[in-house]
Amino acid sequence: MSQVQPFTTNALLDVSGDFPVLDQEVHGRPLVYLDSAASAQQPAAVIDTVAAYHRNDHANVHRGVHTLSERATEAYEGARDKIQAFINANSRREIVLTSGTTESINLVAQSYCRPQLKPGNKVLITQLEHHSNFVPWQLVCEQTGADLLIAPIDRRGQLDLERLQELMTEDVFLLAVGHVSNALGTVNPIQDIVGWAKQRDIKVLVDGAQGVPHMAIDVADIGCDFYAFSGHKMFGPTGTGVLYGREALLDDMPPWQGGGDMILEVRLDGTVFNDLPYKFEAGTPNISGVIGLGAAIDYLNAIGMDRIAAHEHVLLEYMMGKLSDVDGVRLIGTAESKTSVQSFMLGDIHPHDLGTILDHQGVAIRTGHHCAMPVMDFFEIPGTARASLAIYNSSDDVDRLIAAVEKARHIFA
Amino acid sequence: MNTVEAIDADELRDLYRELILDHARKPRHFGKLESATHAAQGINPLCGDKLHLYLQLENDVIRDASFEGSGCAISVASASLLTDTVIGMKTDDAIHWFDQVTDRLTNESANSDFDIGKLQALEGVREFPSRVKCATLAWHALHSAIEQRSTPASTE
Ligand SMILES: Cc1ncc(COP(=O)(O)O)c(C=O)c1O
Repeated sequence: MSQVQPFTTNALLDVSGDFPVLDQEVHGRPLVYLDSAASAQQPAAVIDTVAAYHRNDHANVHRGVHTLSERATEAYEGARDKIQAFINANSRREIVLTSGTTESINLVAQSYCRPQLKPGNKVLITQLEHHSNFVPWQLVCEQTGADLLIAPIDRRGQLDLERLQELMTEDVFLLAVGHVSNALGTVNPIQDIVGWAKQRDIKVLVDGAQGVPHMAIDVADIGCDFYAFSGHKMFGPTGTGVLYGREALLDDMPPWQGGGDMILEVRLDGTVFNDLPYKFEAGTPNISGVIGLGAAIDYLNAIGMDRIAAHEHVLLEYMMGKLSDVDGVRLIGTAESKTSVQSFMLGDIHPHDLGTILDHQGVAIRTGHHCAMPVMDFFEIPGTARASLAIYNSSDDVDRLIAAVEKARHIFA
Repeated sequence: MNTVEAIDADELRDLYRELILDHARKPRHFGKLESATHAAQGINPLCGDKLHLYLQLENDVIRDASFEGSGCAISVASASLLTDTVIGMKTDDAIHWFDQVTDRLTNESANSDFDIGKLQALEGVREFPSRVKCATLAWHALHSAIEQRSTPASTE
């Protein structure tokens, strides 16, 4: 195993000061937060924007002529425009605001697929998926009699692209595939995958929950039909999410839920639904959350997604090298193309024990199956320890992780 | 390395006592019990601990017990200690132990008149709220097995 070189580079960002929550001690040690793949921390810019909205502007949106309602509506719809530009969608009509990736995917399963799927049709997913890109498809297949196909992965945690293409037969209605694996950090060649699907006229939903926080996303370039992501993984508030969908497809889909805001006219004998994207946004939305998400996008744009990707690339390489130098560490997920996440095992120590020992040294990691039990089954392990990086992490954080892992090794020696 | 050593390891050492590590490494009564008359499954969804507990009951006495499954050091050690403890015990007494042990592992001010013996080694979990469920999982499975419930015991 090569010795990892001491850390010297100027590609790194230094923005941890922007994140108030990071400035604290946990069990008497400065907090090292390495669990951003589960949920990322918010910069002061987001926290302050949300607070200022509550202090000054709160009212319901789309339904008042009074000043506060107009302000709230403007800020809320302004955030939608920011999202549209951020992922390069054609139109704001293609940006449906949801409570998160999970709701976005369920919306597509129930509103797009359920009315059209017939027994014998197929939905194709992969073994790399998060449960929220797994269970909604199991459900809709049960509801419609369609078959669920699952493309396999290899020992490095990469999709078996040949098998995936073989499984893309004419009777596949939709392919649902992650952009980046939350458990292993694998970055899938999403453009190629979408290209193959398009040749066979298969619709594609991309679960971008772990893509958007780490790289510039251009849905036009990717060419997918749907792209789903969550606000809280990209430094925005929880309870916010986005479904990007091609306008032509969204137009033809029935509403997802019924209620206020999604109607133009309600009569005793029926209802005329609102235009896109409001047809899919029943009820009072998460106004402050979405405004906060807009602020998170401003924050990311100010830094620049390319610089963020470069920062995380350098840190991930450093972390992978350092971790593999620790006696007894086995890296899980060693794909050629990866971002920001490293899962690992330490000897036969259960990940949960490792998580407790690390927490006790102020190092927060995620342990367990990461909502990706099929991935764990593949590696025949109950779970992993997972360290995930974000813009605010530094090489010092990685060094603290390594020291804490060494400590665990001593306790269990 | 001195920063690492400087960490107050007391609480951690208290959690991962030698007895716990020993039972985690070499669990006693591990494996399926062919003569089992009662069994239950315990699942801790948070960390994926999953164990099967087997009991051979005869006239309300636990003649034999075993467990299998996978889990963290705390849950495996707890199951191992449990089997060591309850073999030979009347089911009523085992239920009484269940009450006492779960109380002692969850409640700082639990009455300690009742001697829970070696199981005291698990008391360190009280300082680690997220780990209490690991320590009590096998006991919940024991309770289910004796009551012969059909759904898996869960710590949730
Ligand atoms: C790849 C992936 N997909 C989907 C989700 C679900 O996101 P949420 O829980 O925000 O709906 C997550 C996060 O947990 C994820 O990492």
